[in-house]
Amino acid sequence: MFRFVIKRLLVAIPTLWAVLTTVFVLIRVVPGDPTIIILGDQASEAAREALREKLGLAKPILSQYFDFLWQVLHGDLGRSLATNRPIVDDVLSVLPFTIELTLASLLVGAVIGIPLGVLAAERRDGFADWFARIFSLAGVSFPAFVSGILLLMVFSVELRWFPVISTANTADPIERLRALVLPAINLGLLMVAYVTRVTRSGMLKALGEDYVRTARSKGLGRRLVVWRHAFPNVLVPIVTVVGLYLGVLIGNAVLTEIVFNRPGIGKLIVTALNQRDYTLLQGLMVITAFAIVLANILTDLTYGLVDPRVKTS
Amino acid sequence: MTATPPPLVVEGLTTSIRLDGRLHHVVRDISFEIRAEETLALVGESGCGKSMTALSVTGLLPPIASVTSGRILVEGVDMVAASEKTREDLRGDRIGMIFQEPMTSLNPVLPIGFQVGEALMRHHGLSKKAARERARELLELVRVPAAAERLDAYPHQFSGGMRQRVMIALALACRPSVLIADEPTTALDVTIQAQVLALVADLQKREGLAVLLITHNLGVVASVADRVMVMYGGDVVESAPVKAFFDRPTHPYSQALLAAMPRIEGDGQLKPIPGQVPPLTEMPSGCRFQSRCPLRQEICDRLPEMTPVGGDPEHKVRCWARSE
Repeated sequence: MFRFVIKRLLVAIPTLWAVLTTVFVLIRVVPGDPTIIILGDQASEAAREALREKLGLAKPILSQYFDFLWQVLHGDLGRSLATNRPIVDDVLSVLPFTIELTLASLLVGAVIGIPLGVLAAERRDGFADWFARIFSLAGVSFPAFVSGILLLMVFSVELRWFPVISTANTADPIERLRALVLPAINLGLLMVAYVTRVTRSGMLKALGEDYVRTARSKGLGRRLVVWRHAFPNVLVPIVTVVGLYLGVLIGNAVLTEIVFNRPGIGKLIVTALNQRDYTLLQGLMVITAFAIVLANILTDLTYGLVDPRVKTS
Repeated sequence: MTATPPPLVVEGLTTSIRLDGRLHHVVRDISFEIRAEETLALVGESGCGKSMTALSVTGLLPPIASVTSGRILVEGVDMVAASEKTREDLRGDRIGMIFQEPMTSLNPVLPIGFQVGEALMRHHGLSKKAARERARELLELVRVPAAAERLDAYPHQFSGGMRQRVMIALALACRPSVLIADEPTTALDVTIQAQVLALVADLQKREGLAVLLITHNLGVVASVADRVMVMYGGDVVESAPVKAFFDRPTHPYSQALLAAMPRIEGDGQLKPIPGQVPPLTEMPSGCRFQSRCPLRQEICDRLPEMTPVGGDPEHKVRCWARSE
């Protein structure tokens, strides 16, 4: 297990290096002189030269590149152009909100998606199956900003069960949880859709396998056959989908965070874009890439837990 | 003959599948019984209804198929009339089953020891620990080497032959009186086949099992069966003690099957059976073999009865040309 983790981390190094290099190149090939963006086109040549010096842009490109890698390695993502605060601090202050939203929507996806998918497979072409198929199609195709507003109108404005303006940034855990419910459902709908679909098709296949017939030949009842013998074999594709869509989830978190006015990485990205804060943007790209690589490593480790054929030792 | 009734009695079993709203018989009015320690081989080519017969007996038919008439008595209990609950209680307890594919018949994500002992927890209320202990004994019984260390191993860590041994241990866990073996050696190497068959024969003696062996391999039939039933298109066409069957195969289909089997003596030429089994929707009325039969006559449009031949009441044939 330990060696597997080490190996996986070693493999992640070239990936991260490639990501950092891409970010570095991308920022530099995007048209527009950053000094003009920052200072405006009326600024004097001297002022721009001074800023260039300050940002390290006057150095040769290769030495800029190594400086960048060196800083990232030390956990330093530079300072925001807009606020001059360390970017790491800005990110860390909103990261918990994004993490709790992502995990909560994963939970929503699993808790609703898995039973729905299993039920649909068991009652193939029955009512439950049709419901699951329509529901998951709607979940994938419904834009998060529309479903978010609908949820707000029904549950916050009409029923007044949850706050309209997010109260996520509070010390009261109950209030924080209340503020999490609607955004988690909104983002979770997407996850429900993916999880339902992959669970349904996986279960359909598993229920037709020889080992399910063996389980029935032992005289086991429906529940044990489905949950003990068929379902564990579907965990690998479910984990794959969840791992894969973690990235999509982060992207969709942007819309959800804006609609529900929650602090988070998504909102920070939009702020950075609006203010043309390109050092902040660069830092956020690095952070997001790290998060996705981490999610992939966790996915690989989970394979080892759910399938004995995957060697983790 | 003993006073106790045979563990497995099948009377007039008909199994049908529904296609486009019409019922088609895939097993038609077949009857047999198997006594303790006896092996009945059910022989025929693919699609003849032999596996459907096995699945009917265990109540594991696919959703589109169902038993439409007849009785299946397992230790005197009628599986057809019984509730699903009763069927589940008998399955795995009084009837054990082993399947063709040892590679896919075991669950890849559950440890071997648990899979073998699971039926004991279900039927005999054993604790997890007791079931594990019994699983070890069972694995030793089927001669899995180092059984104690392999209880926590997974199916992918076993060879095909070893997996079939595990399947046998699993099927016999509750000491059933009936064992249904559906092509148990088809997927195995020839040398492993012989080992597995010898193991089944050995356990059969020890446990007094009634074995229903489904196979298309006449070599296997000759080496382990006591009686043979040949099926074609869902009908039993010949039923005989094994020696009589190989000495005097009588139905034209049985003769053709034996002629299609390689032998050491002879000219080395195999004779394939011309034509193929007609699709279910186009089965002729009367004898279903008539479209491929060299002895076909007018009367074959009516289904003949099973009739004893050669003065042996145990040797019966369903053929107009053979019953004078």
